[in-house]
Amino acid sequence: MLYRATGSFNRSYADELKVYQVPLPKNTIIVITFLVFVVVPLTFNEYYISILNFIGVAALGAIGLNILLGYTGQISVGHGAFMAVGAYTTAVILREFPDFPWFLALLGGGVGAAVIGMFFGIPSLRIKGLYLAVSTLAAQLIIEWGINHWPWLSGGAQGSVYVAHPTFPWMVDGELAMKPMKQNVEYYFLIYITLALGIILALNIFRTHLGRAFIAVRDRDIAAEIIGIDVFKTKLAAFGISSFYAGVTGGLYAFLYTIANVEAFTLLVSIQFLAMCVIGGLGSILGSILGATFVVLLPIVNDLVVRGLGGALLGWDDATASTILPKVNLILFGGLIMFFLIVEPDGLAKLWRTITDYFRVWPFPYI
Amino acid sequence: MEYYIELVINGLLIGALYSMVALGFVLIYKASDILNFAQGEFVMFAGYVVAFVILTESSGIFAALGFPGAGLPIIVAIPVALVVMVGVGYAVEYSLLRHLVGQPVHAVIIATLGLAFFLRGVAQALFGVESRNVPLPINQDPLFIGDLLLNRTELIAGVICGLVFLGVGWFFMKSRSGIALRAIADDTTVSMGMGISVRKYFGIAWAIAGIVALVGAVFWGNASGVDIQLALIGLKVFPVVILGGLDSILGAIIAGLIVGLAESLAAGFLDPIVGGGTKDLTPYVLMILVLMFRPYGLFGKPIIERV
Repeated sequence: MLYRATGSFNRSYADELKVYQVPLPKNTIIVITFLVFVVVPLTFNEYYISILNFIGVAALGAIGLNILLGYTGQISVGHGAFMAVGAYTTAVILREFPDFPWFLALLGGGVGAAVIGMFFGIPSLRIKGLYLAVSTLAAQLIIEWGINHWPWLSGGAQGSVYVAHPTFPWMVDGELAMKPMKQNVEYYFLIYITLALGIILALNIFRTHLGRAFIAVRDRDIAAEIIGIDVFKTKLAAFGISSFYAGVTGGLYAFLYTIANVEAFTLLVSIQFLAMCVIGGLGSILGSILGATFVVLLPIVNDLVVRGLGGALLGWDDATASTILPKVNLILFGGLIMFFLIVEPDGLAKLWRTITDYFRVWPFPYI
Repeated sequence: MEYYIELVINGLLIGALYSMVALGFVLIYKASDILNFAQGEFVMFAGYVVAFVILTESSGIFAALGFPGAGLPIIVAIPVALVVMVGVGYAVEYSLLRHLVGQPVHAVIIATLGLAFFLRGVAQALFGVESRNVPLPINQDPLFIGDLLLNRTELIAGVICGLVFLGVGWFFMKSRSGIALRAIADDTTVSMGMGISVRKYFGIAWAIAGIVALVGAVFWGNASGVDIQLALIGLKVFPVVILGGLDSILGAIIAGLIVGLAESLAAGFLDPIVGGGTKDLTPYVLMILVLMFRPYGLFGKPIIERV
């Protein structure tokens, strides 16, 4: 409604390669950046900032899984395990080399997860669809077992590795020093700057040859092979990049929880990330973010509703509500996944596109 | 020497129980081309229903309404649970799977995963979370054949599994409904053209899977107790299903025996070396090897893709 698309009238190659062809998206991004990095940290209170932290990390992981599932069409139920690899790698690097810069350790976690991800992506050469899903399920369980049974890495079954707090330069007692992050707001900046970098990287991948190869492999992989795309390398690259995102996400979780523990990265977590991608919309970065927000907020909203309504309408006290809550969470989580798949298989991103399309061509019904 | 023979026999008997659960996966895949990630939850739900009928204590909504259990003998529990599981199978097929016909495979996988969580939540809400034992009227004394120590319950379970497999095999080979199901699995459109009601037979296939889940639930519930952990049996059985071939009943039996045997032998031989836990790892390593070298399993039908 602020502009009408009438055609593409580029007069130079530089014009064609521009990221934003019209001013509206650019201005929207500027406003969103201002809101996210200036308004929110100054005005929201601790509790909401901590929720936003979890949403941010989950969004990063969901973008990684969306690259693999939505853009390359490879089903992976092992995302949680790759996150665990990233978390443990970051934690162990910082444990063995305490003076190592923490952001390099985070990237190291990503690289480690990418290597493991590419290893478990090797079966994708021969199998696809359902069988690949089951093979990545095996990867998830094998990695969990491996971490539990490698005492040097994890301290044995159910052991945790303590992670040092990341530090950032700040004024301490009148001079510039490296202060460890303890406040939610400080983590907020770390997470959202990483998320912004992740989004820019992901959006740019799909402007390159590799990104278009991913989409070709998703749509018609046999035809892609015929026109000269090396399908195996493309699939391995997809697993690698997606696992890199997973590794960085795992490292961020390790920083947030201050420990690295395999219990935080079980099959349930993998399935939650799958749900984030599917509910949000496959093949869309915005979809990953919306899906992550939805899945992270669901238990919190659920908590409020069950305690509030239960207390008000049915006279439940806190204890009863606490026992009912996990069951309602499960029922709602499963029920909402099924509901979304029946009603809107293309996810929240499609819903958003439908709404913006309506306003874009308003007052006409179509253009 | 007896130790090794006992390992083998134990492995085969556990394998028979695995094949029972695998049969549920195979039936649904054969009929509707869907891998039902919620099959473990079907087994758990059946176990909860049987436990509810047999025992008199439970928590959850039924208990809150003043009806914590029926306390009836197992002869009554089995038919009741049969009816309930058939109902659950039909309900799932009617409400969920109908809408997923023709959707890409990842949508179906995630839908069945959502169903798995939903069933977990419903079972916990209705019946409560505590673990409960399903007592079977079988003599608990171990059976001695020569020098070998055998578990009576496992032997009876093996025999009953064999009978169920024979029954299901006969059903698919000789009965009208079985042949109709095989026709639908082969080519849905042509079957519809021949006048076979695909909807009705999808429902039947899911109902039979529910029944098979019940048989598995009775024995697994007796062996390891009925609680949420019982749903993990679905995860454990994936290697069996993949090894045998997703659409082969014979494959489910043979692969179940192989995986049970491999687990038992690995636990017997490798555990002392590695220090424990190989029992859980072996089936998955076996599955990845199978997926790399023969993805369609021992008896599965290879999918030929055309551009």
